[in-house]
Amino acid sequence: MSPVQTMPPRSYHIGKDDLGADILEVAMGPHHPSTHGVFRMDLKLDGETVVDLKPVFGYLHRNHEKIAEDITYPMSMPFTDRLDYLCGMTNNWAYALSAEKLIEIKVPERAEYIRVIVAELTRLVNHCLLIGFFVNDLGALGTPLLYALREREKILDLFEVLSGARMMVNYIRFGGVRCDPPDGWLKECQRIVDAFPAFLDEYETLLTENEIIIARAQNVGVVTREEAINFSLTGPMLRASGVNYDIRKVDRYGIYDRFDFKVPIGGHGDCYDRFMVRMLEMRQSVKILKQAIRDLPEGEIMGKAPKIFRPAPGEAYGRIEAPKGELGFYLISDGTPIPYRFKVRPPSFVNLTALRHMCLGHKVADAVIILGSIDIVLGEVDR
Amino acid sequence: MAAIDHKGVIRQFPELEWEASSGSLILSPEKVDEVVSWLKEDPAYRLDYLSCVSGVDYLEKEVKTRVRNEAGKMVFKTSLSPEKMEVVYHFYSMEKKTGPFILKQRVLSRENPVVTSLTPHYGGAELMEREVYDLFGIRFTGHPDLRRILMWEGFQHYPMRKDYVPPNDYEYEPTPHGDVLERARERREELEGQSP
Repeated sequence: MSPVQTMPPRSYHIGKDDLGADILEVAMGPHHPSTHGVFRMDLKLDGETVVDLKPVFGYLHRNHEKIAEDITYPMSMPFTDRLDYLCGMTNNWAYALSAEKLIEIKVPERAEYIRVIVAELTRLVNHCLLIGFFVNDLGALGTPLLYALREREKILDLFEVLSGARMMVNYIRFGGVRCDPPDGWLKECQRIVDAFPAFLDEYETLLTENEIIIARAQNVGVVTREEAINFSLTGPMLRASGVNYDIRKVDRYGIYDRFDFKVPIGGHGDCYDRFMVRMLEMRQSVKILKQAIRDLPEGEIMGKAPKIFRPAPGEAYGRIEAPKGELGFYLISDGTPIPYRFKVRPPSFVNLTALRHMCLGHKVADAVIILGSIDIVLGEVDR
Repeated sequence: MAAIDHKGVIRQFPELEWEASSGSLILSPEKVDEVVSWLKEDPAYRLDYLSCVSGVDYLEKEVKTRVRNEAGKMVFKTSLSPEKMEVVYHFYSMEKKTGPFILKQRVLSRENPVVTSLTPHYGGAELMEREVYDLFGIRFTGHPDLRRILMWEGFQHYPMRKDYVPPNDYEYEPTPHGDVLERARERREELEGQSP
C-alpha cells in the first residue's frame, strides 16, 4: 500500500432515485465567514439537507509538537499561547501543570490564586467571544457581537497590564507565575468582575428568550448523553448533553477544591443548550473570581524550580478544564532538558469528531450554527 | 481523582504485560478488542471516555546502565534498546470519575507499523488516530476513514518520526535562480534516499 491513501474518484451522478435527483457537493470554506478561520466542510447536499459532511483542516498546521521536541521545556511556553490563541492563560497553565508532574515543584499559594484568577478571566473572554459569534452566525449581525467584544476588551486590557500582551501572554511559569500583579490591578479586576453580571443580565434579556434564537437553535445538532461520551466530547459541549463532568471538580487541580461553584448542566444537547451552558458558566466564573480576589494571600509567586529543567526519565499527562474542554499535555522525558515526546490533546480538535453526526439531516444553514456551537479555534485544531 | 488499580485487569487477562515504569498496560495485538470492550463494560473499571491518543517513535539506540561487576565495582553496561513504535491511549471513567488508565499498543517495526483501531469502541478515536497515522505512519486496521488529516494528500513523509529531516527549502518556488534550485534538488535527493 502506498503511504498516501487517495480519495476514490468522485462521481457526480449519485442518483438517489430514478428521477436522477443528484447530490450536490459543496466545499464550504476554507475562506468563509462562518467557519471561524481556515476550515473547510466538504458537504454533500440533497436539496438543502446535509447528507454527508467531511471536515477538512490543516491549513494552519506548523507541527507545534515537532518544534517542541527540538527545544527545551521552558522554551515551549510561548508557543502554547499560539495553540488556542484566544485563551493563552489556560494553555500556559495546562503545560505548566504537566511539567510540574514531571518534576515535583511546590507552587506557592499566591501563585495558585493568581492562576485561578487569570484562568477564569480567560473563560470569560472565550465565552464572550463565542456567544457573540454564535448569535452573529444566527443572523444577529454586529450589535450583540460588539457588546460581547466590548466586555472582552476590558479583560484583555487587564492581561496587557499584567503580562505585557493582550493574547500572547506567556505568563505562567513552571512553579508559579512570571510577575506579581502591579499596584491597582486587583482593584481594577474587582471592578470589572463586579460589573460583569450586569452585562450578562443585559445579554440574556436581549437574547436568551429571543424567538429567532429559540427557533434556530433548539433541537438542532442534538448529541445524546451516550453519544457525547462515546465521541470523547469535553467541556461545555459535553455538559450541554447532560453529563456532569468538569475537570475542575473531578481532578481538583490547582486549588479549585477551595471554591464554591456549580457546574451548569444542559438537558437536551442541542445548540441552544450549548449556548446556555456557556452563559451560565460565565456566572459561575464570576463567582469563583470574587472568592479568589477576596482570598488572595500575600507571599511568593515562584516556587523553587530548578534552574535547568531536566526531569528524570518518565512520562506525565496533565489536563485542565480549558474554556473549550479538556486541554491535555502528554510529555515523555528521556532525562535530557528537551522533551522526547510532546503531545497536545486539543479540545476543539476532538470535539470536531461529532460534527458530522450533528449535521446529518439538518439544513446547510444549520451546519453553520452547529459548527459555531462547537467553538473551534483553528490555531489549536491544526497545531 | 482516584487512581485506577490494574490488578483486576491482570487477573482477568493474566497474559497481558504491565509496564510499571510508565504505569501502563501493554496490549497484545490479538487481544485488543476483547480487552478494550471488557474494560469498557466491567463495573469495576467502566472506562467509557477515551481522552487522548498519542503516537511515540523510538529509534534503536544504545542505553547505558550502571551495574555491579564480578569484582563488586560499579560499571556502565551498554545495551541496545530496540526500535519500536507505540500508540498510547489515555482512558478515564466519566461514570466513576476515576483515571487515568493508560493502554499501549506496541509495534517492534518501524517499517510497516500496524495496530488495531479503537474506533469500533470509541467514536472519539477517529480523528485522533487519523492524526497518528498522518504524523507517524502507523496504520490502524478497522479505521473507517484512514486518510491524512493535518498534512496534505500527496505528502510523502511522516514528520513526527524521529528520523525525519525537515526540508530547508520552505520558501521553494521554481525560479531560474540556480543555487536555490540546486540546494533544493540536493535536499530532495537526500530525503528520497531515506524515505520510509
